[in-house]
Amino acid sequence: MLLLENVSKSYVEPDGSPLHILRVPRFEVAASEQMVLVGRSGCGKSTLLHIISGITRADSGSVKVNGLDICRLSEVGRDRFRAKNLGYVFQTFNLLPAFTALENVMLGMTFARGMKDRARAVQLLERVGLAHRQQHKPAAMSVGEQQRVAVARALANRPKLLLADEPTANIDPANQDMIVELIRETCREEEVALVMVTHSKEVADQFERQDRLEEINEVAKAPAS
Amino acid sequence: MNLFTIAWRSVKQRGVASLLTTLSMALGVMLVVTVLAIYGVVAESFRNNSSLGYNMIVGAKGGKLQLTLNTVYYLSQPVENIPYDFYLEFLSADERAAEYTAALAPPADAKDKGRYADYVDFAIPVCLGDYFGRFRVVGTKPEMLELVFDLESKETFEFADGRNFHHHSKEHGYFEAVAGSVVAREMGLKVGDMIAPSHGAADGDVHAQKFCLVGILKNTGTPYDRALFVNMEGFYLMDDHAKPMAEEAEMSSDQSPPGGAQTVDDVAIEDDAPVPAATEEHAPHRPLPVEQREVTALLVRTSNPLVAPGLQNTINEGSQAQAVSPVMEIFKLFEIFVSPIQSVLLAITGLVCLVSGVSILVSIYNSMNDRKHEIAVMRALGASRVTVMTIILLESTLLSLGGGVLGWFIGHGMIALASPAIEDRTGVEMGFFAMAPPINVLELLTESPIINISVSPELLLVPALVLLAILVGIWPAMSAYKTDVARSLGS
Repeated sequence: MLLLENVSKSYVEPDGSPLHILRVPRFEVAASEQMVLVGRSGCGKSTLLHIISGITRADSGSVKVNGLDICRLSEVGRDRFRAKNLGYVFQTFNLLPAFTALENVMLGMTFARGMKDRARAVQLLERVGLAHRQQHKPAAMSVGEQQRVAVARALANRPKLLLADEPTANIDPANQDMIVELIRETCREEEVALVMVTHSKEVADQFERQDRLEEINEVAKAPAS
Repeated sequence: MNLFTIAWRSVKQRGVASLLTTLSMALGVMLVVTVLAIYGVVAESFRNNSSLGYNMIVGAKGGKLQLTLNTVYYLSQPVENIPYDFYLEFLSADERAAEYTAALAPPADAKDKGRYADYVDFAIPVCLGDYFGRFRVVGTKPEMLELVFDLESKETFEFADGRNFHHHSKEHGYFEAVAGSVVAREMGLKVGDMIAPSHGAADGDVHAQKFCLVGILKNTGTPYDRALFVNMEGFYLMDDHAKPMAEEAEMSSDQSPPGGAQTVDDVAIEDDAPVPAATEEHAPHRPLPVEQREVTALLVRTSNPLVAPGLQNTINEGSQAQAVSPVMEIFKLFEIFVSPIQSVLLAITGLVCLVSGVSILVSIYNSMNDRKHEIAVMRALGASRVTVMTIILLESTLLSLGGGVLGWFIGHGMIALASPAIEDRTGVEMGFFAMAPPINVLELLTESPIINISVSPELLLVPALVLLAILVGIWPAMSAYKTDVARSLGS
């Protein structure tokens, strides 16, 4: 379902020298599979998710989602592909404050043309237990509720792959398990593959497949020179 | 949910800033709308007044514009007078003979037709200089109010009450008057009132002689509304209105009666001349002798428009008077004074709009730093660079057009409130939805366009505001376009 081969990414330092961030010979996730990526800070977790989602383009290699190499797509093509095929749950929820919960869920649909399905948005909010909070704006909701809205938004366009970047980092321990369980359950129901990044051992232990980014990313593996 | 809704929500989210920006734009547009409306009123008023019932004004040599302002608009300082004899040169033989019946010493050619009689349909004398309150008193003949005062629309004077004044009536003698609609309303006049003009200025000495108001004109939307018309014969008989005979005697031959200056009461009257009946206030009067008369101006309609330039040249070559074409003077006035003022006002109000536009730019641009994360989230959800750029441009357009609509309504609301006063003063009706008069938009691009696409300049505000919105929105929109998603998501 997701296959990265020989993906590399580097940036240019102010002095002109290259700063290598990522070199992944191979990384694969099967359809509907749920896995967690763990690793220390600065080992390229976010960069990897940005490359998978097409927000950042890899310098080399291929990123195939359902066989389509998104590295070959133009930026607009990647935007469109992301809107229709990928869901993204952020660490800081990133709900837009001017919109209600329902509108936030529908926002992703707006960017994926022809996918405005209000009933689907309502159903997703019901699924995450926020049927009664549809018309509330983020400021009126708890952090746990906000993250649940973010989960509903990420699934709105029926993606094939859900990327979750430390979704429990800003949530109190009592709600962490509930959020992780919610994400996993909804992904299971929707048959969506899940790649979750976390540095929480408790969260990681809930997944059968745990990959350490230091093992995947050769740059992170290499000793500092 | 669509991009428009997203932009609208963002505008609402920045409530106070958006409101202030919109108000600023509304102020600019209100000023533009008001200036355009004023231009419309002025242009319409000029149009109304340029279609006069006459095509030439004859008056004392001097400023042409002053003569026109005085005679057409009853504005500016009064001009010098011309001899009554000169007026008689425009009359037929019979009319001249009749006029000379009130002469002390008719000239040898008194029964001949006037030099210019063949070239004119009529010449109406007007005597100016007196006031009634702040309004001009116009001494003239009854024919003045029988005039077709607007040749284009064939409008004639109609009376709201009463009738035209007569040359002479049994009840009031030579002392009858007709008031324009504004004069009647502001001075609270009604038919039957006795009116005493003041001499030479609004605060001048009030004449002892009084005129009886016999008629009130309906509103015409022209300067006639602001004038009090009195019988010229009565006008001449008021104190200090007779030209001193001594001066006349020097100008005339030795046919003048001995004794130097004479008073009105000394004037001999022919047997068949009408002898006015006494009013309550006055003893019987006889018409002022021709030699003692002067007129301020003559309103002349030539028998054929083609003879007007020739006649004008002939009169101007002489030493006694000048002839001007009022329409030309009015349009010159419009071109020289009104149009440039209008252009300056429009430029200023345009600058106000531009400043308002800049305030939109500042408002949106200032919000961009806070919104970079928001834009990055939209991009992560699949919005393209063009999409986020479009959202920012829509925000700027919403603020600009919102301000424009608000400004239009405030501007037209103010115009509607001022409408009764405008109509009173100019006769131009300005309803709430009255738009500025159309212009050929192609004239903005070329001096002599081949085709005519006439639209009200107010409609041009819509594309102008959208263009302004795009111009001021493009900078923050580009900032949104260039947002580094990965970096902003991490911030």
